[in-house]
Amino acid sequence: MIALAGAGLLVLSACAGGSGGSKSNNAAPSLPKIPMASSVGAGEGELDLVNWAGYAEDGTNDKTVDWVHPFEKETGCKVNSKIGNTSDEMVTLMKSGQYDGVSASGDATLRLVYGGLVAPVNTSLVPNYATIQDFLKNRSWNSVSNQMYGIPHGWGANLLMYNTKTVSPAPTSWSVVFDANSPYKGKVTAYDSPIYIADAALYLMRHQPDLKITNPYALDTKQLDAAVQLLKTQRTLVGEYWADYTKEVQGFESGNSVLGTTWQVIANLVTSDKKGPVAAIVPSEGVTGWSDTWMVAAHAKHPNCMYKWMNWITSPTVNAQVAEWFGEAPAQKLACDHTADKAFCTTYHAADKAYSDAIYYWTTPTTHCLDGRGNICTDYATWTQDWTAVKG
Amino acid sequence: MRAASSWLHRHTTARLLALLSLPVLWVVVAYLGALGAMLVAAFWTTNDFTGAVEHRLTLSNFRTLVEQPVYRRVALRSLGVAALVTAVDTLIALPMAYYMAKVASPRARRLLVVAILTPLWASYLVKAYAWRVMLANGGVVDWLLQPFGTHGPGFGLIATIITLSYLWLPFMVLPLFAGLERIPDALLEASADQGARAARTFRSIVLPLLFPALVAGSIFTFSLSLGDYITVKIVGGTSQLVSNVIYDNITTGGNLPFAAAAAFFPILVMVGYLVGVRRTGALEEL
Repeated sequence: MIALAGAGLLVLSACAGGSGGSKSNNAAPSLPKIPMASSVGAGEGELDLVNWAGYAEDGTNDKTVDWVHPFEKETGCKVNSKIGNTSDEMVTLMKSGQYDGVSASGDATLRLVYGGLVAPVNTSLVPNYATIQDFLKNRSWNSVSNQMYGIPHGWGANLLMYNTKTVSPAPTSWSVVFDANSPYKGKVTAYDSPIYIADAALYLMRHQPDLKITNPYALDTKQLDAAVQLLKTQRTLVGEYWADYTKEVQGFESGNSVLGTTWQVIANLVTSDKKGPVAAIVPSEGVTGWSDTWMVAAHAKHPNCMYKWMNWITSPTVNAQVAEWFGEAPAQKLACDHTADKAFCTTYHAADKAYSDAIYYWTTPTTHCLDGRGNICTDYATWTQDWTAVKG
Repeated sequence: MRAASSWLHRHTTARLLALLSLPVLWVVVAYLGALGAMLVAAFWTTNDFTGAVEHRLTLSNFRTLVEQPVYRRVALRSLGVAALVTAVDTLIALPMAYYMAKVASPRARRLLVVAILTPLWASYLVKAYAWRVMLANGGVVDWLLQPFGTHGPGFGLIATIITLSYLWLPFMVLPLFAGLERIPDALLEASADQGARAARTFRSIVLPLLFPALVAGSIFTFSLSLGDYITVKIVGGTSQLVSNVIYDNITTGGNLPFAAAAAFFPILVMVGYLVGVRRTGALEEL
C-alpha cells in the first residue's frame, strides 16, 4: 500500500517536472460574464445571507435591536443569516453556492467578482442607492469599469481596544501591541487573518520610513518580510488570537486579554455586558478599516428577496440602526437624520470624505502592486502562507 | 417469492453479491471515494487571485510543506501533543481500570462504568469551553493553585494537553477495563503465591496480557488528538496544530489542494502507527 503510494508520487513528480513552482501570469484576470437583473419581482419567501456579525440582527442579541423581523413582515422573505468571521470564510461560503448574497469587505469583493461568484447590481432597482454617499460609489473595491457590483453598506476602522482599568497610561500608539518591550506581554490579542499583516505594514510605514511602504496592501518581498518579522515579535506578546468575535468579547471579559485590535461592535458588546471597562481608539499611526458592500450571488435562488434586502438595509432608518449597533459610518446619507444619538454621524465622520480617505481599507493584495509599482508585489496566497509562519 | 428464494438458495454467489453490494458500495464509493478524491486534490493548485481550484498536476504543495520550516515545527508539535495526551491518559486510566476490574464490587463497578461513560453524552464543545472557563485568568484552576503560591498554566499547549486528555480519557479506560477483566484472578493469585510483589506481578503478568488493550486505547487517544483542531483553538492560546493548518487552508486560505496535501501527514502517521502495531502482533489479540 505504502509502496504503491510512493510509486504514485514518483510518477506524478515526473509528470510535474519543473513547472510546479511557476506562478501563473500577472495579467489581470478576465471578468466572468454574469447577467444583471433587469427587474425585481415578488419575493421568493426565503433569503440566505452571509454577513458580518451584527448586520442581520433579529432581536436575539438585544431585544431592541431587530430589523430582520420587520423585513420579513414587509416582504415575506424569511431571512437565514450565516455569520462569516473573516473575509476568507465569506469567500469560501459563497463558493458553496448556497447563499443569495453577502456583506463583503474590500478584501473579498474583487475575489468574488473575478471568481464569478457575484453578479453586477442594477442600481436602478435599488431606490435607496440614489442617496448613498457619493464617495462610496464606483470605488475600486465595489465596481469594475464603473459597473457597480453591490450596494455600499457602511464603513469603519479597526480600532485599538484596551481595558481602561489595567492599561495605564492610556495608549495613543499601536506600539503597545507591537513593541517587544510592551508591558502587556501575554495579554495582547490580535486578529487571526492574513489581512492583519497590513496592520503591521501600516505601523512600519510610520516607524520605519526607509522601507518606503506607501500602501499597506502593496508590499514587495522585502517589505512583507519586515512586516512578518514584526508580527513574529508580536506573537511573543499575544495571549491568543481572535477570528471569532465572541472569543475576543470573552477574552476581554475574563481579563485574559487587555488590549488589541478590535471592531467598535465588540467594544459595544463588552460594555453592554458590563464586564470590564473598555475604550476603543484610533492610534496616532492611523488605522486599517473596512468598507462593506452587499452583493448578489451569481446564481442566487432568491434574487428578488436579495434586491429587496439591499434596498431595506440601506434605507435611512435601517441603515441608521445597523450603523449604530455595529459602530460604523452608515453609507446612506439620510441615515444620519435617524440615528438615536444625534451626534452619531459626526462621531463616525460619516460624511467626511477626507477622514474616510485616510483609512486604509481592506483590499486583496495582488502581485500587480496597488500603488502602481508594477508586478513586484506579494499576493494574498503568499500572505496566507506567511501568516501560518507568523503563528509558528 | 418462493421461486426467488429457492433460486437464491441454489446460487450462492448471487446471494452473497446481493447481500454485500450495498455495504460494499458505501465503503468503496462514499468512504474510500471521498478519501481518494481528497488525496488527488493534493496534487492540484489554486488560482492566485480568485482562489479557484486549477486542475493541473503539480507537487508544489508538497514542496512547500517540506521546505517551509514552520510546517515541520507544526508537525512535530502535533506528534508531541498526541504522544503526551496518550501518555497522560494511560497513566490515569491504568489505576482506574484496575480498580474497576479487580477491586470494586460488582455494583460499584457498574456505577463506575456509567460514570466513565456519562461525559461522552455531553457535547464536545461544552466540555472544551468548560475547560476554557476553568483555565481562564482567575478561573477555578488558578483559584485551586493559589494556596500553593502558583497559578494555572493559562491558555497554551499545556492547556490543550490537559483538555484533550480529559476528552479522550474514556477511550483509554474502557479498553483497559475490558482487557483487565479478561485476565483471570487466578493468575494474579498464583503470582502472589510464588512470592511476587505487586510491582513484579504487574510487570510480568498484567502488562504483557494487557498490551493489546493498551494498544487499542492508544490508537484512539493518539489519532483523536492528532486530528483535533477545535480544542487548540479554544484553549490553545496562540498555538496551532497540523489540523489547524488543514482547517485554516480550507476556510481562511480557500486553498483546498494545500489542505489536502497537509492531510497526508496525519494519514501517513496513522498508517505507520497501525503497521507498527501490527508488527507487535497486538492487533491479532484484540
